[in-house]
Formats: sequence, C-alpha cells, structure tokens
Amino acid sequence: MSAEASEATRHPNYVRVYLTLLVLFAISVLGPLLGHPWVTLVTAFGVAAVKATMVAAYFMHLNIERRYIWYLLLTMLAFMGLLFAGVAPDVLSQGGQNWRHVRPAQSAAPHH
Amino acid sequence: MSASHASEFPVPLASRRSATGIPTGRLALWWVLASEIVIFGGLLASYIMFRLHHPHWADEASHTNIWAGGFNTFVLLTSSLFAVLGHQAAEQGDGAKAARFLRLTVVGGLVFLGVKAVEWRGEISHGFTIYRDLFWTFYYTATGLHGLHVLVGMIVLWLVAGDAARGRNLHRVELIGIYWHFVDAVWIFLFPLFYIAR
Amino acid sequence: MAHAQQQSFWSRYVFSTDHKIIGLQYLFTGMFMGLVGSFLAYVFRMQLAFPGEPVPLFGVVTPLHYNALVTNHGAIMIFWVAMPILIAGLGNYLIPLMIGCDDMVFPRLNRLSYQIFFLSTVVILVSLFVPGGGFGGAWTAYPPLSASAQYNHTPWGAPLWLIAVALEFVAFLLGGINFVTTVMNARAPGMGPMQIPIFVWMVVIASIVFMASVGPLVAGAIMLLFDQLLGTHFYDPKAGGDPILWQHLFWFFGHPEVYVVLLPALGIVAEVITVFSRKKLFAYKTILYTAFATGIISFFVWAHHQFVAGIDPRMAHLFTITTLIISVPIAEMTFAFIATLYGGSIELRTPMLWALAFIAEFLVGGVTGIFLGANATDIYLHDSYFVVAHFHYTFFPIAIIAGFAALTYWFPKMFGRHMNETLGKIHFWGTIIPFNFIFLPLFVLGAAGEHRRIYSYEHFSQLFTPGLQNLRVLATVALVVMLLFQFVFLYNFIRSLFAGEKAEENPWKANTLEWLAPSPPPHGNFAEMPTVYRGPYEYSVPGRPLDYWPQHLPN
Ligand code: HEM
Ligand SMILES: [Cu+2]
Repeated sequence: MSAEASEATRHPNYVRVYLTLLVLFAISVLGPLLGHPWVTLVTAFGVAAVKATMVAAYFMHLNIERRYIWYLLLTMLAFMGLLFAGVAPDVLSQGGQNWRHVRPAQSAAPHH
Repeated sequence: MSASHASEFPVPLASRRSATGIPTGRLALWWVLASEIVIFGGLLASYIMFRLHHPHWADEASHTNIWAGGFNTFVLLTSSLFAVLGHQAAEQGDGAKAARFLRLTVVGGLVFLGVKAVEWRGEISHGFTIYRDLFWTFYYTATGLHGLHVLVGMIVLWLVAGDAARGRNLHRVELIGIYWHFVDAVWIFLFPLFYIAR
Repeated sequence: MAHAQQQSFWSRYVFSTDHKIIGLQYLFTGMFMGLVGSFLAYVFRMQLAFPGEPVPLFGVVTPLHYNALVTNHGAIMIFWVAMPILIAGLGNYLIPLMIGCDDMVFPRLNRLSYQIFFLSTVVILVSLFVPGGGFGGAWTAYPPLSASAQYNHTPWGAPLWLIAVALEFVAFLLGGINFVTTVMNARAPGMGPMQIPIFVWMVVIASIVFMASVGPLVAGAIMLLFDQLLGTHFYDPKAGGDPILWQHLFWFFGHPEVYVVLLPALGIVAEVITVFSRKKLFAYKTILYTAFATGIISFFVWAHHQFVAGIDPRMAHLFTITTLIISVPIAEMTFAFIATLYGGSIELRTPMLWALAFIAEFLVGGVTGIFLGANATDIYLHDSYFVVAHFHYTFFPIAIIAGFAALTYWFPKMFGRHMNETLGKIHFWGTIIPFNFIFLPLFVLGAAGEHRRIYSYEHFSQLFTPGLQNLRVLATVALVVMLLFQFVFLYNFIRSLFAGEKAEENPWKANTLEWLAPSPPPHGNFAEMPTVYRGPYEYSVPGRPLDYWPQHLPN
C-alpha cells in the first residue's frame, strides 16, 4: 500500500461524518416530539448510542486503533451495566421493604 | 527530535519505548478515558435508577430547555469536527493550521459554556434550583461535572494550540482531540437523559 | 551523569522525578502513617480493656473520640498504609527496575501523584484536630450519619475526611495509569508477557481493578460532599434520595479494593518464596490467569457487605454464590505457592519467614470469610468482632506481614546494606505471636455477640462478664507487646541504613532484573540497558552449574 493510500484510510472524510452526525442529531430531537414512548426511546437513546459510536470510531480513530482499546472501553461500560443491575433492584423498590415481598404476613410480626 | 525550549527535562528512555505499538501518550489517554467512563457511568447509572423510580421527574425534566441543550449539542459536534481537522493538519505537519483549528475548538467550548451559563441563570431565577427536587440536584451535578471537563479541555487545547503554532509537540494535537471527542460523547448521552426524555 | 550529583537536597529528594525516590517517599509516608494508625488502635483498645481510665499518651477517651479513632484507624490503615506501601511505594520503586528500563514513562506525572498523595495525608491528619474533632462515621461513611453534621457532630471533620480520601483516589488514579502504561510499553527488549515477574503483573492488575471500581465511588463522593456542604438530598430518603445507594457505590469499590491490596501482597510472596526455596514458581501461567479471574470476579461480590441492610433477598442469594466462588481462585494461588515450596531447598531468612507467615495467617482470614460470605451465617455475625477478627486476618498479613517481607527482601537493593538477621527474627516472632493473641480472642468475643464500634461494654451487662472482659484485656496487652517489638524493627532499620553490612548487587542470588542494577541503583538504574532472554523463575535448572539463571544472561 502506498503512503498516500494509507493516509487516505487513516483520515475518512470528516465533513461527511459530521453531516451524518447532524442528521442523526435532528432525528434525536424530532423523534421525541411525536410523543410516542417507544419512538422516544429509540430516537433519543438509540440514536445517541449510534452517534457516540461514530464519534469514537471516526473522530477518536478507534476504528484504526488496536482492537483491545475498544474492548477496554466496552469492558468499563459493561461494569457500569453490572453496577446498574446490582443496585437497581434496591433503589427501584420501596425503601428497604424488600423483605416483605417474600411472606407478607409473617414479616410484620416482630422478632424478639 | 528537535530539542524543545522549556523542556530541559530529560525524557527517559522508558517514555520512548513502545512495546504495544501504541504511542505512550495515547495509550495513557485511553486509560484516562476508561477511568472517566466509570466516573460518569456511576453518576448516570444512579440517575437512571432514580429517574425510573420517580415518575414525576418527567414533569421536572420538561422544564429544561431543549433548544438550549440542542444548540449546545450542535456546538460540541461542530467543535469536534474542528478538533479532528486540527489533528489531520498536525499529521500533515502544518502546525499553524492545526493551531487555527484548535482555537476554533476553544471558541466552540466558550459558546457551549456561555449557553450553559445563560441556561442555568434562567432556571435558577425561575426557582429550578439545586434544592427544588432531586432531579435538579442530579441535573446540576451532571452538567456541572461535564462543564468542568469542557473547561479543562479548553485550557489544554489553548496550550497545545500555542505549542502547535510554533511547530512543537504536534503529537499532542491528536491527544487533546481524543479527549475533546470523549467530552462530546458524554454530552451526547446527557442531552437525551436530561432534556429530551420527558 | 555528573549533573545529578550537583543537585540540591530539594531537587534530589523532595521534588525528584526519579521513580526510586518517589517510591521511597511513598514508602516512608506509608510507614509513618502505619505508626499513626497503630497508635489510634492502641488508644481505642486501651479504652475497651480499661474503660474510662485515662490512656497513657492520650488521656480519657470520650465516645466521640472513640468513633473518630476507629474511623480514622481503618481509613488510614487501608488508604494511607496498605495502598502507598504495597502499590505506590513498591510499585514505583520496583516496576522500572524489574522490567528493565530507566524510569516510569511519565516521571513528572509520577511526582504530581505523590504530591497529591502528600496533600491528602496532610488533610487527613489535620482533620483529626479541627473543631468538633475527626470524622467518626466509620471508614465506610454510611449516610445519613456521614451526610449531616446534625447527626455526626463533626461539621469540619466529615468533609475534610471525604476530601482527603478523594485526593488519595486521584493520586492513585494518576499513579495507576502510569504503572499500566509503563509496563505495557517500556519493557526491556525480549520481555514478553510471560517473562514479566509476578509482582509486576499483580500491581498492574490491581491498578486496573482500582481504576475500574473507584469511578462510581468518585461520583458517589461528590454526591456525599454536596449533601454535607450544600445540603442536597442524594442520600436522604425523606426527599427522594436513598442511603442504600451509597452503600452500593461504596462496596462496588470497597470489595475490589480488598483484592487491589491483596494481589500485590501475593506478588511479593511469590518473589520471596521462589528465591528462598530455589525453585521455579509453580504454575506461573495459572497464577497469572487466576489473578485476572480474581480481579474480574471481585466485581461481582460487593453486596455481601449489605446482607442486613434490607437488600433484596434474591440478590443476597446471588451474592452469596459469587462470594463463595471467589474463594476458589484465591485457594488456587495458595496451593500454587505451597507447591512451589514443596521439595525446595528452603532457607529461613527473615523475608522468607514473613512470606511463610503470610500464607499461614492469610489462610485463617480466608477460611473465616466463608462464614461471612454466606448470608445465613452473616446475619448473625454481621458487625460483630468476628468480622473484625476476620478482616484483620486478611489485612494484617496483606499490609503488615507482606510489607515486612518486601522491606526486608528489597532493603539491600534500596539502600545497599543488609539488615541484621538476628534482630529481624526477634522482630518477626515478636510481631507474629502477639498478632494471633490480639485477634484470636476477638473471634470468640464476636461469636459471643460482641458488636463492633462500641465505645464501652459496661453498658451491656451480658457482654461485660469477667470472662469476656479478660479476653479484651488479653487482646489489648498483646497489642501493646506487639507495638513494643516494632521498636526492634525501627532500630534495626535505621541502624542498618548507616551501619549495616554492605550488600553487593545480587545478595540473594535472584533472577529478576532489579538485582542486575547496582545497590542502590543510580539515577537511570542500569549501566547498560538489559535485554531479557528467559522467564524470571529459572531456579535449580538441571545441567547448570549455578542454581539460578538471571533473566538478562544470554543463553
Ligand atoms: C496494629 C494492629 C491492629 C489492631 C490492634 C487493630 C484493631 C482494630 C479493632 C479492634 C477494630 C474495631 C474497632 C471497633 O469496631 O470498635 C479495628 C477496625 C478496623 N481496622 Fe484495625 N487493627 C490493626 C491493624 C489494622 C490494619 C493493618 C488494617 C488494614 C490494613 C486495619 C483495618 C481496619 C479497618 C478497615 C477497620 C474498620 C474501621 C471501622 O469500623 O470503620 N487494621 N481495628
Ligand atoms: Cu467484600
């Protein structure tokens, strides 16, 4: 591969990436205006994920960086998913009343 | 390597080795970003749980200014474009051009913070202070932490631009650019979380 | 480097960017804080043994004093003793030497890391003397107690404590990034991943685990600081917040943190036992992969600290299972160490005694942990002295025993002189025997129902029986004996610095690269940068005249 060709692969057409990002951005603002919860979810958060991936891949050059850097950053995100999965059951249910769910009748009786 | 002026500091051999093939500065930067992901991640994971737990936060969120937030998303995206064009220029050895792009990026950061300041002032004057509701506490904490990153990024961008204009330390143009894109990517998530979803 | 000789005292020892000086700065700061942390333990143990009596060198202990003493003892021992000695101190000193380069990849970042750490040390010490006294809400800082001065009565102590801990995190994040990047990029030619000494690997894994686990707590600390200083309500259930959230954020970090300090300690033990049994490390790769597995699994166990906090019981079952699983890799590493010793030519020098003691004492900590990891038994044992005894059987081996193993093993390299063997052995036995007499009684007390973090048991007639009180006195007397024996170490250490027998480059006949450098290594470490030809543990290779085969010797 000649030096020029590799130079070209290193630098994609940034303006085109940028314009794509702007279109996605418009979708993410306009979609939720429809007021439909699923459309909101997909257009707001789904599109955000796509946009962030594009920024990472093209602007931060992760697409031409060593693979394991992707894995490193994704592992960190996965740990945050784990944190969410472990904590949400407590935060989302009514303050500390989890023990009631098992046998509602008995746990009302005091222990001592 | 041209001896650069202020750095009488003798660069150790260690800093010049590259067993992974990734330049040392960039490798370290990835680790910095990894540790940033979990800081923002912890805050936002907490926010999302609370948000799901408190349905009335949707009403609170409807008081954030979607147009200000949207404009700021546009501003950051544009500044990211400048940063990456600066990197391209630096790689072609054109320090002066790289510096121009970096300074445009700084201007983007300034506009972002300016809009943010106007936004906060408006919200506070309408009674949406940090104490009004836990939603607003999260809002000010998350956007404040992000704003702090923008501020730090602007300062470093300015310093790197100064160097680049004199043709020095051109490899740093890429590094500060990557950091700036990360700050942009964080905002890409803050925007729907605090503005759009309601 | 004639230039280096002319530098002033300040630029050589205080503002140096040399990894060895920075390592020693961390090491000495950590040792000093060890004295502080021990002194705090001495004061509150005296109060428990002789409630209400004035404690020599301190005076009468009030309830608020007691809480502040316990809290800062725990925080100091973990964040200002274990971390700086095992990771920052030894890591800084040894990593560039062991991987065969001249410094860390970012020397100035390294200096900044120590400076921030030093600042955090000053802040935590100052926080003990501010109006209202030091923070007393336990090293876990659970809200609502930690969140509001109305409850904790320490309007200054609590935020300063939190700021000190946060600064310490920043210092170790900077240091960790430096360590990981250095090991990834700056290794000597020929040193592939499987030629890296286990200690270096352990520090790297520990740094990564630290980095990945501390983020949410940094966010949580910002939230807590806002609750303390601005009066926000992140953790206040009345205003929609949730105190359990803090517990999760704390332990999501807090449990991996245990492995952050354990792994480097295991690394030290691996280095010492191979040298003093003249055998190849048994199952290098298994140990390495096991360490990675431990690092990952350590993220899945955190809520075993919250079994009685009202968490979802289904989650409690899950966390019980993961906790029992994580004992497997740790057991595996212990077995690998025992297999390394098996059939070796064991030489019981002081560092080896410490390393062997680590294995024996840590075993007690590990085995008692099983009871606490199972939710059914933990509901009874939680927050009792059984827990205190358990985690001291893990932390004391980690921070103190492995710390002494490392100090006595690398002393000749660091200072170019030997420590005295006889004094070393006196100090060893004078520490190990009392250690068991401090904490074995605490298991009994805990099983009898003695709750921890209690100022005085006089108010609990079932617990203030002569039998139980005698055990408390026994533990305290043993502590005083153990502390007195530390003067033997201090004397030996300081005397050997100036008058110890001179040590040559490689007094222990070890393989790793640090023993190739002069003792002590000059700025830049090696006269000629080494190349690596083999793994670090080629001892007693058949067919060779010498029983060791340094990594840098060509075939
Ligand atoms: C020098 C010998 C030591 C003695 C005699 C000692 C004794 C104690 C005792 C009795 C407690 C419980 C006090 C109470 O709950 O009222 C305690 C707490 C604690 N210790 Fe130690 N300890 C020693 C060394 C260490 C070391 C080396 C570490 C860690 C590296 C450590 C970490 C802790 C922690 C984290 C706590 C919990 C603090 C809290 O409740 O907030 N200790 N220590
Ligand atoms: Cu744990």
